Amino acid sequence: MAADIVFDALRTALGPTAAAYALLAIGLNIHFGFTGLLNFGQAGFMLVGAYGVAITVSTFGGPLWLGVLVGMLAAVVLALILGVPTLRLRADYLAITTIAAAEILRLLVRSTAAEPITGGVFGLRQFGGDFFALNPLPDGRTYFGALAASPNRAWVMLVGWSLVALMTLLVWALIRSPWGRVIRSIREDEDAARSLGKNVFSYKMQSLVLGGVIGSLGGALFALSLQTVQPDTFLPQVTFFAFAILILGGTASTGGPIVGAIIFWFLIGSLQSGLRRFSDADMLPEFFGAQAVGAVTLTFVGVLLMALMIFRPQGILGDKKELQLDVS
Amino acid sequence: MSPKPSTDPLAGVAAEPGVPKPDPMLTISDVRRSFGGITAVDVDHLEIPRGLITGLIGPNGAGKTTLFNLLTGFDTPDRGKWTFAGEDLAGVPAHLVARKGMGRTFQLTKALSRMTVMENMQLAATGQSGERFLTALVAPLWRGKEQEITERADELLVRFKLDHMRDEFAGTLSGGQRKLLEMARALMVEPALVMLDEPMAGVNPALTQSLLDHVKGLRDNEGRTVVFVEHDMDVVFDISDWVVCLAQGEVIAEGRPSEIGSNRAVIDAYLGATHSEDPAHRKKRHERRAS
Repeated sequence: MAADIVFDALRTALGPTAAAYALLAIGLNIHFGFTGLLNFGQAGFMLVGAYGVAITVSTFGGPLWLGVLVGMLAAVVLALILGVPTLRLRADYLAITTIAAAEILRLLVRSTAAEPITGGVFGLRQFGGDFFALNPLPDGRTYFGALAASPNRAWVMLVGWSLVALMTLLVWALIRSPWGRVIRSIREDEDAARSLGKNVFSYKMQSLVLGGVIGSLGGALFALSLQTVQPDTFLPQVTFFAFAILILGGTASTGGPIVGAIIFWFLIGSLQSGLRRFSDADMLPEFFGAQAVGAVTLTFVGVLLMALMIFRPQGILGDKKELQLDVS
Repeated sequence: MSPKPSTDPLAGVAAEPGVPKPDPMLTISDVRRSFGGITAVDVDHLEIPRGLITGLIGPNGAGKTTLFNLLTGFDTPDRGKWTFAGEDLAGVPAHLVARKGMGRTFQLTKALSRMTVMENMQLAATGQSGERFLTALVAPLWRGKEQEITERADELLVRFKLDHMRDEFAGTLSGGQRKLLEMARALMVEPALVMLDEPMAGVNPALTQSLLDHVKGLRDNEGRTVVFVEHDMDVVFDISDWVVCLAQGEVIAEGRPSEIGSNRAVIDAYLGATHSEDPAHRKKRHERRAS
């Protein structure tokens, strides 16, 4: 049974959802890890990415590439709307605004008024045809050995993790450049950056747009992998999962979001699979029953994160030396 | 002390508040800033002479730092104008003020803790096209400039005796070293006017002398104009060519150091605030007053 649980967990850890969350965390890493912007509304960027694809393809019958583009453009617009009024203010105002904006977006797409376009609470489906038509993997067999991925799932995994790799490379190239140096100086002290002639507002805006667009790609990937979008997938807890992944992997380390996403989903996967299998075998007390699996999983994840903060506060890839410096 | 210019550039300038000077770098007119009911800064007219060191003194709460913040674009005045090298700078945002050649340091040092000393220096350089988003992605476009910036930064680090800390996080520096780094970093911007907010505060005496020499060097070797806020009168009288005294936001006196020391208005302004000063200073000032 132990082997089964490990394979279940690996399937989750390397699956499309983990890749989508890695993209969300890469976006947050640019915002929070490198620029110091507290974005609590990454779920909103994910939502516009997912609905950009779904609405363009399913509602208006447009092509897939246009849908992805619409999602990315919507993320740019969302970043501008959030940033223009708040980026001149203290950091906490952005946090409040972003969490509210993400919730407003979710309530908007699930409203009855929006139903003809967004499908309301039922969401949209059948927009992945173009994407899976591109799948070069032959049918009729499984992929990735013991992970036993269907051709479609294997295709989403390939595209998803390639996208993650590409975005990580982009972040790596940017952060080591003079542009990244300005970004990090804003995290440390924006008045110092200003006194050295840097247009802080412009850089914060660039950071918010870039991280938001990467988050929207995560949303598009998420929607394509599930072949459906529903408004209540984009609850605030999505943002906090992405933050958990970022902190777990190591804030402000380029590879942190990848490592964080894989470990986070490995833990979730193993707990879910383990609880389900033990419960099926009647090895758990009654109150641990099948319905409780979700809640118990989250509890365990919470405890593990607390343990991480106590024993390795810098995350898996983070730099301990950075953490020990007082940031004044 | 390094030799001063043989002819006094301020010869014939009277020691009275708001007096015009032959070659002002910065001219401030009618600048006012109040917080609620309190007027923090209310300067009728003040000229800062080019190529010299001007000391800005005044008791706590006199408005020295607020004036710095206004002039450098970190705060907005209720009204007022000021010209820097002939250019009107009122309402110009802080980062543009810096690019126009007005560099500053802060009373509480702002070392970028989780960046290395070298990165702190490199950041301050101007004209690095790699700071633009798209150019940043193509390293060959900015490598050459980066090399040039790094060489200049290395020279400055040697001058400020920080070269051994080059690759350490700035957060690991001592308070005095942070003051040095902040000054060196401000120089990377190549400012014509350097505004130093309490450069000696919290610095141990051994380092004070070298900081003083650096400030003098800015004037004597590089021809920069310096304005600095300082509470230690020995320091002020040692390095200033001209001293301006603020109290309750207004310029109450200005003049050569020798004239300011015996100025009645200055002494009165300070006696109201002597409780926070050390007895040695108070004694010295009393002696000066008695003589």
